[in-house]
Amino acid sequence: MSLPAFATLLERLLFTPGRLAKLALLRQWFASQPDPERGIGLAALTDELVLRVAKPALLREIVAARTDPELLRMSRDYVGDFAETAALIWPTRPGVNAPPPGLTEVVDAMEAAPKAELPALIADWMDRLDASGRIALAKLVTGGLRVGVSGRLARVALAEWSSVDVGEIEEVWHGVTPPYASLFAWLEGRAPRPDAAGQPVFRPLMLAHPLEANDLAALQHEAWRAEWKWDGIRVQVVAGPGGARLFSRGGEDVSGAFPEIVAGLGFNAVLDGELLVVRDGEVAPFGDLQQRLNRKTVTPKMLRESPAEVRLYDLLIEGEEDLRMLSFDARRARLEAFFAREAPARMALSPLIAFGSIAQLAAVRDGARAASIEGLMLKRGDSAYVAGRQKGLWWKWKRDPLSIDAVLMYAQRGSGKRSSFYSDYTFGVWRGEELVPVGKAYSGFTDAELVFLDRWVRNHTTARFGPVREVEKGLVLEVAFDAAQRSSRHRSGVALRFPRIARIRSDKPVEEADRLESVEALIAE
Amino acid sequence: MPPHPETWLCVRPEGLWCRPGEFYIDPVRAVPRAVITHGHSDHARPGHGAVLGTSETLAIMRARMGEGRAGDSQQALGYGEALAVNGVTVSLAPAGHVLGSAQVVMEWQGSRAVVSGDYKRRADPTCTAFEPVVCDVFVTEATFALPVFRHPPVEDEIAKLLASLALFPERAHVVGVYALGKCQRLIALLRRAGWDRPIYIHGGLVALCGLYEALGVPLGPLLPVPLVKRGGPAILAGEIVLAPPSAEATPWARRLAEPVTCAASGWMRVRQRAKARGIELPMIISDHADWDELLDTCAEVQAPEVWVTHGREDALIHALSLRGVRGRALHLVGFSEDDEEAAPVEAA
Repeated sequence: MSLPAFATLLERLLFTPGRLAKLALLRQWFASQPDPERGIGLAALTDELVLRVAKPALLREIVAARTDPELLRMSRDYVGDFAETAALIWPTRPGVNAPPPGLTEVVDAMEAAPKAELPALIADWMDRLDASGRIALAKLVTGGLRVGVSGRLARVALAEWSSVDVGEIEEVWHGVTPPYASLFAWLEGRAPRPDAAGQPVFRPLMLAHPLEANDLAALQHEAWRAEWKWDGIRVQVVAGPGGARLFSRGGEDVSGAFPEIVAGLGFNAVLDGELLVVRDGEVAPFGDLQQRLNRKTVTPKMLRESPAEVRLYDLLIEGEEDLRMLSFDARRARLEAFFAREAPARMALSPLIAFGSIAQLAAVRDGARAASIEGLMLKRGDSAYVAGRQKGLWWKWKRDPLSIDAVLMYAQRGSGKRSSFYSDYTFGVWRGEELVPVGKAYSGFTDAELVFLDRWVRNHTTARFGPVREVEKGLVLEVAFDAAQRSSRHRSGVALRFPRIARIRSDKPVEEADRLESVEALIAE
Repeated sequence: MPPHPETWLCVRPEGLWCRPGEFYIDPVRAVPRAVITHGHSDHARPGHGAVLGTSETLAIMRARMGEGRAGDSQQALGYGEALAVNGVTVSLAPAGHVLGSAQVVMEWQGSRAVVSGDYKRRADPTCTAFEPVVCDVFVTEATFALPVFRHPPVEDEIAKLLASLALFPERAHVVGVYALGKCQRLIALLRRAGWDRPIYIHGGLVALCGLYEALGVPLGPLLPVPLVKRGGPAILAGEIVLAPPSAEATPWARRLAEPVTCAASGWMRVRQRAKARGIELPMIISDHADWDELLDTCAEVQAPEVWVTHGREDALIHALSLRGVRGRALHLVGFSEDDEEAAPVEAA
């Protein structure tokens, strides 16, 4: 009974933009489905399901055998996606009254059936399903669900549904496998927590709060240690007898995208660090790292041109010993000893910055101009490594943002709560007599400013392209951002890191907005 | 031998022209004499001289255009009644599309042509069901003439909406519907599914709901969407709100509690269509025939020749040729793929 139920879930997740609504849908799935269906569904959503998949060509053959080629071609041209076309055009056969297949039945049979039997098997399932069931089936067997559910989102939903702390779930997640019977049994209070000893599992990261002016005034410099805040991707390196993994901040396994890192993990430890692309000792712009993310396979060219390394911040576990309750200073000493002993490949210690006063540290922060540095991290010397964002233990002290005065060029409607607001703004600067777009921002403004911007966009629209409006070149926005970088993918040749709307400059004539040359001057080489 | 309809029914810039009867059917420009199949604005246009249609269609035209613009003179014809027009026998048969919708049946010197207008074959509590009429030439629409368009049972689609209301009781559910037909059908379907609560309707839908009720179609309790002060608390959590398509994108929608944007349309069958419009809950509910129904209808009327007015005529004509039926594309202009262009509702 559960493939149609799964199809309904997929359909709603696909069309639902809001995170809270997605969580509600997932909670309902966990609460309403039996084992092993709910676990298989969970694995399929989070891309953890290892399934022998049918080639798209197989689906084409099955459908072609049942339809007129001309009508199939026209339908394919209209719909775009072949799996969806196949599901929609599939002619129902009168007299088929077998119940729809279960999710488990499909997954098991895909695994066990001889290859020659797959076409007949899939055709039989198609006959027993309705259109949305057929879409789910076609996507499942060809291996492309793509519904935008991250593993992290699924784990938060599990936590909300079961009232178990998400951090605890994170610690066992990578040690359990589909259909997660032991996990569900634990979350329902029917069994003890699954034992993940020896497995390369993720431990929730310790996070920092942004440092505000009054926090700064209260700091006693002797109690604090300082490090660079690198502009890369925070990662956790896990290696031991059970295997080696590289996890992102949210607990996603990104090992596949960085094989050169994983290949060098010959020790038994859990480390916290920053993943960076480093060329000839120089940290490359964030964009270079971003291009390597979200890839299942990496080309030799990418490995050659954008080699990755990890700057180490912390040592959480060494051998069998959990160090997280030790102080930062004690862990740092262990980290340095570990590093000296193991000399791990493609890793470097992120150095501690010496300082004699907070004023001195402020000068260091102001003097750091390299694009690879976002600012400073302040960590209390006596702080344990605690999951999540606890106030007063770690601070992030970012550099003051850069800013430009840019001209609003296009606006797009938001989604969810913002669907009646033009809330995504593309802005540009002058190159000669023309404006070139340099970025897009959808945050930084207050609610009142959003109302103002929305009304301004509606009253100054010059053209519409679907959900996008082009506006009169008449409003200057002060845009703040963390760094400017060269980019061949943008028409202007410049990309901004984390741009946001700092102020609306209704007072400023558009002619006085910044020129591209002044944005280029902000690029830190 | 009776004359082929080709010789007396032809396409002119104004629209489909019955030569011996000297009238147009659903003309796109103002003409002296027009027969109107139904009240949607791409079929019923203002400014004609004499207008013939069902009494419901005429009432809808008067309500939408104003007395003066809905034809200089109006003549009502009931389903099944015949009228001789210059030797052409004209009668109207139910089309099942919206209230008052009709197929125009014309007989001249022993040959019969049927212009079906827009039609559907599913049961609709708000209008009379389609009746097939055997003919020599059947003129059909082809809005959903691709085999990917097969409308699921409406009960399943209504159930999706009710399930979503149960899952998200803290959110208003706004369904985009056309003011004529889809709106009232959806209300009637919700009533049949047991939704007895008041249904909230956007100002743009009020007039036609009132007219349906006046014409004998009960819709149950309907309430206007209340006005709220700017910055006031969001309203209508857990309620169903009907509004013209795209109203959810306007400031009008801001008073609603975290709206779930729903749409009821045959186009919702294709995901990209729903995604592009930002629809969170697509419901496949259409007032047009789907692919199977188009082909079944063409078979039932037994016409050796089918003319296609608008839509995906290429696919339909191809499929008919496989069945030995001659198809012909009329390439009529002026008909929109949706029932009506979504009117801007920013001010509403």
